[in-house]
Amino acid sequence: MIPRHLHIAMGVLLGAALGLSLYAWHVRKTVARAPAAAVDTTPLAPPVSGPTERVILFIAHDEDGTLRPESAQIPLPSDRQQRAEELLRTLVAYYLQKNSTHTLGAGAEVRSVFLVDPGGAVIDLNSAFADTHRSGVLVEVLTVASLIHTIAANVPGISRVKILVDGKQRDTLAGHADLSSYYDVSGVNQLVTELQPQ
Amino acid sequence: MHWTRGRRSFRIIPRGESRGVGQADSCSLISACLLILASTVFLRGAPGEKHLSVYSVAANYSLPLVEREGQDYVGLLELLEPLGTVSARMDGTRWRLRYNNVEGIFQTGTNRAQVVGRGADLGGAFLMENNRGLVPLGSLASLLPRFLGGPATLHGDSDRLFIGSVATHFTASLASDNPPRLVLHFTAPVNPSVATEPGAVRLTFAHEPVVSPASATLTFGSKNIPSANYSERNGAAVLVVNSAIPLMATFSADARTITIAPTFTVAQTLPPPATPSLPTPAPPAQPGTTPAPAPARAAPAPAARRYFAVVDASHGGDDHGETLSSTLLEKDVTVALARSLRRELESRGISTLVLRDSDANLPVDQRAVLANADRAAIYIALHASSSGHGVRVYSALLPYGRDDRGPFLSWTTAQRGSLPVSQNAASAVAGELQKRQIPVRALAAPLRPLNNVIGPAIAVEVGPQGSDVAQLTAPDYQQLVTGAVASGVAAVRDQLGGAQ
Repeated sequence: MIPRHLHIAMGVLLGAALGLSLYAWHVRKTVARAPAAAVDTTPLAPPVSGPTERVILFIAHDEDGTLRPESAQIPLPSDRQQRAEELLRTLVAYYLQKNSTHTLGAGAEVRSVFLVDPGGAVIDLNSAFADTHRSGVLVEVLTVASLIHTIAANVPGISRVKILVDGKQRDTLAGHADLSSYYDVSGVNQLVTELQPQ
Repeated sequence: MHWTRGRRSFRIIPRGESRGVGQADSCSLISACLLILASTVFLRGAPGEKHLSVYSVAANYSLPLVEREGQDYVGLLELLEPLGTVSARMDGTRWRLRYNNVEGIFQTGTNRAQVVGRGADLGGAFLMENNRGLVPLGSLASLLPRFLGGPATLHGDSDRLFIGSVATHFTASLASDNPPRLVLHFTAPVNPSVATEPGAVRLTFAHEPVVSPASATLTFGSKNIPSANYSERNGAAVLVVNSAIPLMATFSADARTITIAPTFTVAQTLPPPATPSLPTPAPPAQPGTTPAPAPARAAPAPAARRYFAVVDASHGGDDHGETLSSTLLEKDVTVALARSLRRELESRGISTLVLRDSDANLPVDQRAVLANADRAAIYIALHASSSGHGVRVYSALLPYGRDDRGPFLSWTTAQRGSLPVSQNAASAVAGELQKRQIPVRALAAPLRPLNNVIGPAIAVEVGPQGSDVAQLTAPDYQQLVTGAVASGVAAVRDQLGGAQ
């Protein structure tokens, strides 16, 4: 004969097990149903404070396929590398605006910029930058020239630039512009001259 | 314009959400553990992984093989799935497989099966694993004809299965040129991977049903290319061409012919810095003729130029290029433009080779190799775009660095010596387009393979004159553009011939 208190204890334990199972099932369902966190497409950058500087950004214009210098007043750190990053993030932030003259896809971002001696700069873009970029020779050339010429014009001493995507080498930006080699800044300067409005 | 940095946003995680994050962390931890376990199992099994290559009229595909009880097994349902309508269900210990209207009954652990009511010996036990019915590889030769109602040939040693008459045969013959070339002709287009090794060129046909010639060893009676050996292993056919000198393989436009020739026919043609002052071009050789070029160095005579112009329809196969509209891909427009340009060039007496005349994958390196091997006087890559107005003509924007080693040119800057002539050609083409009232710009562009081509090379990107992308497919517009390009090339024909 099983004592009564054991019956009760067994019942309580079974009840607790059942309750926990139901709770676990409920939690799992809740998590599964919870909408994925909205993708925040705004580029995140460390806040920069301090005095602002006037810089020249080379802005691409799709309607006539040109690259035009435009001045901007932005806070810039003194460190060269951080300056380069801040410049390009400012440029990308401009292209992400609704009324941009050369739109980039949502989520496009410059992850970081590394300055490598002698005269080297490595721009690391995120995958959204390349994956959502429009395909076409001119449209890709405009993006590449805009990035490279903006950094080279505002950070002295850069003679070659390499573009990575998510820290890795990629063949092309969106099927056309070659990303497999270092860009020669002097060659890009010549290209920028050709891209000036007639 | 004055403007300052736009939005900066910071996301604050609400308290309720932080619990979800914690749960997500637990889930992530469990997932990570499972992933580690799975990857451990996977990596342990990876080195011995084998595949069965299946060739059929419907599709060519490969399936993993698993080793059980000392022999290779394959999933029967997965094998039949690409070939027709197939379903399977468990009926007690029996596994019933229906392919179209044919039913097979298999019983776990037994060597016998029933297909269309007739017994079949599997040569090993039928296995069920994770709801997959596995049969011994050797049983396919007898099982498949019953399911498919047609022949199936199994190359058991090399794990290759041919369903129906799909085999691609080839012939190999040595062309009696000097230096000799080995010409392989296939009965269907092929796209092998090519590896150059000391003393050999290895062609690996992983996706094509290439089968052995009459003899596995072919001899050619040449000192430079004495023999070739055919073999099959692990789902692929391999042809190794033995040689006493470095060889290089080039492909015909229809991908049915592979020509293997000494590399010096290409390497020795590395041009000195372009000398536009040489106004005496060799007349463009017609295909099939072999004029004797004056050797520039004490070396075997370089191969003759077969085509004056090489026209390359960019993209192709998996590489669609730009999606111009919901029904129009760049790769299709470029083929149409290439055909039109060939007509226009040939009507001006310029022999032309179109590199891609079908929807085939052609890597950019391969395009440059073909253009270089052909010693074309000009390489013209064609692109199409929905953006911009009119046409852009590009010459190469060379990458940083100059890594030439003695007579060997750097692959990434091989174009350097011909760049001035390329720019002249681009200007001439742009001038002709302008004459025809087509908006045009001549620019440099980091666009491969322009920088890998030794001779003059340009790219033409054709956009609509207005905003209507459909204009790109209009024969009139295509002819207007390609006619102008051909006239531009013809205008600098002498200069291009001199650069060669």
